[in-house]
Amino acid sequence: MVTLTIEGREVIVAPGTSLLEAAKTVGVLVPHYCYHPSLPVAGVCRMCLVEVEKFPKLAPACATTVGEGQVVHVHSEKAREARKGVLEFLLINHPLDCPICDQAGECELQDYTFAEGRKDSRYMEPKRFNPMEDFGGDVVYVPNRCILCTRCVRFMDVVAQDPVLCVAERGDRAYIGKFEGQDLTSPWASNVVDLCPVGALLSKDFLNKARAWELDRAASICTGCSQGCNVMVETRDGVVVRIRPRPNAAVNQHFACEVGRMHYRWMNRRDRLEVPMVSDGQGLALATWDAALTAAASEIASAGRVTVLASPALPNEALFLLQRIGAHVGASLVMTVPRGPEAPLPGVTDLALRAERAPNHTGAELLGFTDVSSPMAGLGANDLVIVADAAVASVPAGVRVIVVGTVLDATLAGATIVALPVCNVAEEDGTFTNLRGRVQRFLQAKAPPVQARPTYRVLGALAEALGAGAYPPLAADVFASLAAAVPAFAGLSYRGLGLQGADVTLPAEATT
Amino acid sequence: MGYPHPAHPRETPVISRYFGDAEARTLAGWQKRGGYEVLRQALATDPVDVQNVVKDSGLRGRGGAGFPTGVKWSFMKPDGKTHYLTINGDESEPGTFKDREIMRWTPHQLVEGAAIAAHAIYAETAYIYIRGEYTEPIHRVREAVKEAYAAGILGANAMGSGKRVDVHVHKGAGAYICGEETALMNSLEGRRGNPRIKPPFPAVAGLFAQPTTINNVETVSAAQHVLRHGADWYKSLSSPANPKSTGTKLFSVCGNVAKPGNYEVGMGFPMKEFLWDLCGGPPAGRRFKAIIPGGSSVPILTPEECEGAVMDYEGIQAAGSLLGSGGVICFDDSQDMVRQIARLARFYAHESCAQCSQCREGTAWTTRILERIRDGQGTMQDLDTLLEIADNMSGKTICVLSDSCATPVVSGLKKFRHEFEAKIPKNRSSVMIPGFSPAAA
Repeated sequence: MVTLTIEGREVIVAPGTSLLEAAKTVGVLVPHYCYHPSLPVAGVCRMCLVEVEKFPKLAPACATTVGEGQVVHVHSEKAREARKGVLEFLLINHPLDCPICDQAGECELQDYTFAEGRKDSRYMEPKRFNPMEDFGGDVVYVPNRCILCTRCVRFMDVVAQDPVLCVAERGDRAYIGKFEGQDLTSPWASNVVDLCPVGALLSKDFLNKARAWELDRAASICTGCSQGCNVMVETRDGVVVRIRPRPNAAVNQHFACEVGRMHYRWMNRRDRLEVPMVSDGQGLALATWDAALTAAASEIASAGRVTVLASPALPNEALFLLQRIGAHVGASLVMTVPRGPEAPLPGVTDLALRAERAPNHTGAELLGFTDVSSPMAGLGANDLVIVADAAVASVPAGVRVIVVGTVLDATLAGATIVALPVCNVAEEDGTFTNLRGRVQRFLQAKAPPVQARPTYRVLGALAEALGAGAYPPLAADVFASLAAAVPAFAGLSYRGLGLQGADVTLPAEATT
Repeated sequence: MGYPHPAHPRETPVISRYFGDAEARTLAGWQKRGGYEVLRQALATDPVDVQNVVKDSGLRGRGGAGFPTGVKWSFMKPDGKTHYLTINGDESEPGTFKDREIMRWTPHQLVEGAAIAAHAIYAETAYIYIRGEYTEPIHRVREAVKEAYAAGILGANAMGSGKRVDVHVHKGAGAYICGEETALMNSLEGRRGNPRIKPPFPAVAGLFAQPTTINNVETVSAAQHVLRHGADWYKSLSSPANPKSTGTKLFSVCGNVAKPGNYEVGMGFPMKEFLWDLCGGPPAGRRFKAIIPGGSSVPILTPEECEGAVMDYEGIQAAGSLLGSGGVICFDDSQDMVRQIARLARFYAHESCAQCSQCREGTAWTTRILERIRDGQGTMQDLDTLLEIADNMSGKTICVLSDSCATPVVSGLKKFRHEFEAKIPKNRSSVMIPGFSPAAA
């Protein structure tokens, strides 16, 4: 280990650590643009210049490794002056269009200029102008705002291994270009938008939708596939407007795929099941929660054969309660896992858009659900199916359905005898277990519609009404019950999971 | 008439001895002049011994940095790795055209030097990277390499020594920055010519991530003469007053001077005599106003500063500038220094690789201000701004292109401030921005 001093604080880090990363460990932020922990070091923005005692010149903190006994000054007069100079250079051609820039409020150029820049501009010449360019996919390029940090070029080259982008031209005429005949159509291309420290690369999907400071953010897990990428769900006035990756070195580093990013739209569905309903013989009629739960429990108890058809996109907590209900009434537990083509991110080990397009396929399997292609096959009169937010193509004649879901599909409407409205993933807390057995929490991002309640609370109440046990009303407590009851989850708790998750031990066949 | 003027009696033509001699371009002509005998001897000598002779001679890199060549070679150890030699012939510094003439007139001198250097650093492969615009030199060197392969001088069994020496000629695409050693390596690898962060240094991980030595064309050309005649002979060519700068140096002289061209003199040659006796002084009826002694990136000197200076690394540094690549640019009293400095800045702004913020933006901003002053649109505040920009550009980037732009600006402003001030209209305090009318606003 190497011991050095940064801003008067003693730092002990592994040999080979950069000064910039070493400074982070003691809470000192060295301003930077081109450096990103998931990309190779370029050292080109020269913003992270720091003063190292006995060095003849200022050193780039991103490209300088720690040395025993080094004394580093991040905020010395000399280092601050150098950064001020860089900011002035970057701003001479950067338009001051923060009022119309999507990145305003989360722009590193804006932030550092506010913190350390000049109060005025000495640049009297006309600014450089280049027109906006559609890069293909979801990305638009605004060259006037570009500070040539090359994060996007390095991402596409080294991480996506799809070298579409390059730096074209020289001098201040330089811009980010696409190679002839190429477009940003990689399934991971939108990461360049997150990586861009300024507003040069923007998402067409998010363009002009919201200002950064209007957004509420909640840590969540992507529901696009079984990878379990950590994401931030961003909402404006209770509407999800964007999903962005949240760093987790064990799962997705700093990245998310296009499918995952666009997977927020269904969270804003307006055709929601909003109030409990019970069939009155003519059709479904509005009911109170108590009446609906009582009716559901009574129907389940009196049914001949009961099947629980769950969505593998339901959280562990809901699946656990469904399993308890199923065990109490002797039901079979089934699910259908949607599938699609895989799309790996070549530069990151074990990161891909997975074929299983459901976030909790593994969790459902651990809790006893079986993947079947035709869940309704073989069912008939007097049979009852509890459809927990799952899609159903058709219901055989005579089969009665209890819906515990966010929407009431037309295919289910005729067969449904009780409908219990629940929250979707953006509206409740819970956990998913990804394909590698990592259990990860997601937090509520927005309010549920009308009378919809968290799934674990509805199912807990239903289990209680059936006499299948009493379950607490909080997600953390339901998870504690799950961890106590299911050996694979033993020892886990919300507190222990934190926001980075923890692993369960998977049976050997599940990991292959 | 010799090339392009008869050699001056006070010149010491070693590298330039056969300039103008068309026969020396051919293999037969070069061998008739003793060519490739040194290579034969070198291939039979232990590389460490070759390194030591060059070390003893005090030969320093002629590309500009002046690093001791023998010491650089001694960084390369027989470690089992693939070593590369790269010869930098990407001579794009304004005012420098000495390597061009070496390659034009004595391509075999370069090929022989390259083969000797490759042997000395345990390399089997040497790349000669030549500036793309150098059409004739590229042709000459390629022809020489072809002849040398045909004669068995290069190849799997170079001169029957049992050792492999391959030499490849690579034509650059016309970027100044590719003369910077790490950008040159990127270019050779087929990448954009951007300088690399050091460390790692090329001797550790250079071309194709292997240990690499990069030498200038003039350096390897000189090395073979060192081996042929010995270290003491080489040291005897220069002034004994400064043992740190030995041998001869080829200077390119251009601008407002009576006899522009290439001149080879012993290190430590008096600059005044060089300019007046060898180069004929300024054009008739004019006086020198400024001299840039080492290519356009070094500080500008006044004639007074050149007065007692001697032409070696330390001598020119003592006068306030740098020996650099040896490109001597002369300005007489007819020249507008603001215009000249603006032209230099424009060159650097055009050639900046655009990696570092200070260089990409600073060189262009400097140019715009200088051109505005040149056009009579400057303010007195601009002069201070130029100095502050130069300060922000210096010593803070990956390579020294940014510094190279700032240096002539700072020294020019310091020494010719009156010319800048004379172009600034009195009482001007604001700038007319093209296309912007304050009245309309």
